Amino acid sequence: MSAPHSPLDVDRVRKDFPILERRLAGDHPLVYLDSANTSQKPTAVLDTLAEHYTRHNANVARAVHQLGEESTAAYEGARDKLAALIKAPSRDEIIFTKNASEALNLVAHTLASGLADDPHYRLGPGDEIVVTQMEHHSNIVPWQLAAKRTGAAFRWFGLTDDGRLDLSTIGELINERTKIVSLVHQSNSLGTVNDVATVVARAREVGALVLLDGSQSVPHQPIDVTALGVDLLAFTGHKMVGPTGIGVLWGRREVLDALPPFLGGGEMIETVDMTGSTFAPIPHKFEAGTPPIAQAIGLGAAVDYLTGVGLDRIHEHELGLTAYALDKLNAVDGVRIIGPNSMESRGGTVSFVVDGVHPHDVGQLLDEQGVAVRVGHHCARPVCVRYGIPATTRASFYLYTTFDEIDALADGLHQVKRFFG
Amino acid sequence: MSDSLYQEIILDHYKHPHGRGLREPFGGEAHHVNPTCGDEITVRVAIDGSTITDVSYDGQGCSISQASASVLHELLTGTTVEDAFAVEKTFTELMQGRGQVEPDEDVLGDGIAFAGVAKYPARVKCALLSWMAFKDATARALTGAGQTSEEETR
Ligand SMILES: Cc1ncc(COP(=O)(O)O)c(C=O)c1O
Repeated sequence: MSAPHSPLDVDRVRKDFPILERRLAGDHPLVYLDSANTSQKPTAVLDTLAEHYTRHNANVARAVHQLGEESTAAYEGARDKLAALIKAPSRDEIIFTKNASEALNLVAHTLASGLADDPHYRLGPGDEIVVTQMEHHSNIVPWQLAAKRTGAAFRWFGLTDDGRLDLSTIGELINERTKIVSLVHQSNSLGTVNDVATVVARAREVGALVLLDGSQSVPHQPIDVTALGVDLLAFTGHKMVGPTGIGVLWGRREVLDALPPFLGGGEMIETVDMTGSTFAPIPHKFEAGTPPIAQAIGLGAAVDYLTGVGLDRIHEHELGLTAYALDKLNAVDGVRIIGPNSMESRGGTVSFVVDGVHPHDVGQLLDEQGVAVRVGHHCARPVCVRYGIPATTRASFYLYTTFDEIDALADGLHQVKRFFG
Repeated sequence: MSDSLYQEIILDHYKHPHGRGLREPFGGEAHHVNPTCGDEITVRVAIDGSTITDVSYDGQGCSISQASASVLHELLTGTTVEDAFAVEKTFTELMQGRGQVEPDEDVLGDGIAFAGVAKYPARVKCALLSWMAFKDATARALTGAGQTSEEETR
């Protein structure tokens, strides 16, 4: 199969990412196929971080001086950019967190705290929490803890043999007792893109909240939170060409208003008295303490970069890469795809196993050829358990990935097989 | 290719493991898993007086973890408990030496092939998995505890 045409000028995109020029041990060029783990950063983001610290550094929202105003304007400007990216109805609905994990924990923790005025937002005995078997540990463990704390039941959608949600029991699984359904948009281990509309429709019937983990979808496709119909969306900056240390929770205003505060501290209050405190309106209600200022501004630059290239074009490029990769991998004897083995509802993350070779050994030998993939259970161990495998090898693509790099992966796998054959 | 990590000796032990399979009788058993990668191993130790009469094992995992178990079987079966612990200590020191420790072939035999693994921190756990299980199983055999212990090696 010859490489299909891409809507992106990938050579030009790659010039924006200096790290991609690196050569590794043995003078191998870097073939970075681990963007689902963390993405590389373009010069525009790196320069923005340096520029902030070099010229504008000050704390936000609490300084009257000029630097403070510049810093605050840049930080709040980043919030505007994030709101526009996901078409949030209001900028106040963008909460900065330190990563997706913190955003997910924020929701689980505040629902479990029992501090909400409205009982709809208080988990307790008799309530049910629903997740799926393909969640990242970040969207499993916080809910298990919440269930333990409150006595609510913890339930989940299973998976079909071809790596999709088993929605056959949705009518029973999401029921009048369900308070919240929390699911991943695109699986980080299988690449599956889930049928959010069907889940949202059922949740609406019973009045349950829907939290979407967009860590692997927001970086790769245009997102419209209103069209998705979810109540809350969590994602993480470092997987979308932004810095580490910054994530986002979006929520419908009504939901965020109803949830009690998460962390207490400076900036999240209205007034503090020794006999009690009142809280700032959103978004600040959920942003206690000095936030990750430079990181948020850097993420704003990342959003500018991605929208400048065009998320629809990035998405299309990745679909081309994925179709090509599935063909290439299926052509290697003894390689088995774990997850959807077709282009229907899937993204640019492909997990696989190689007959008779442990993923650790696959990853190590690929690394010796300069090909960086991830091996292990990818923080989604229940997926491996479901498919009866200890681990997988995972290749994941982004806007800077080339068709040649997928050829390098396939060549590398032939070497792996020769070596262990 | 793969000069430093995948020595021929390691591949040989991986493809043709020595003494693999769990055997009776045994005095102590331990099951260890490496939660980050899913490698796991069960080791049984049989002791008669002060001599280790058998080290049997079974498990699944990468070439490094499985070959290391095979070498362990070969080195420690038939030795005294005291000598076995000395070998275990030497092997652990080699693995944790970040590539700075000179391997002693008289003590470690085929185990010196793992010297290169010490330069890959992510793989040191794999190489040590069976050795930690061995230590536990032996301790259990010596105290007569016998039963399986479950451990996660982090
Ligand atoms: C689907 C999914 N959810 C959540 C996370 C957690 O992201 P972070 O580690 O940035 O909190 C990840 C990333 O590893 C992910 O892929």
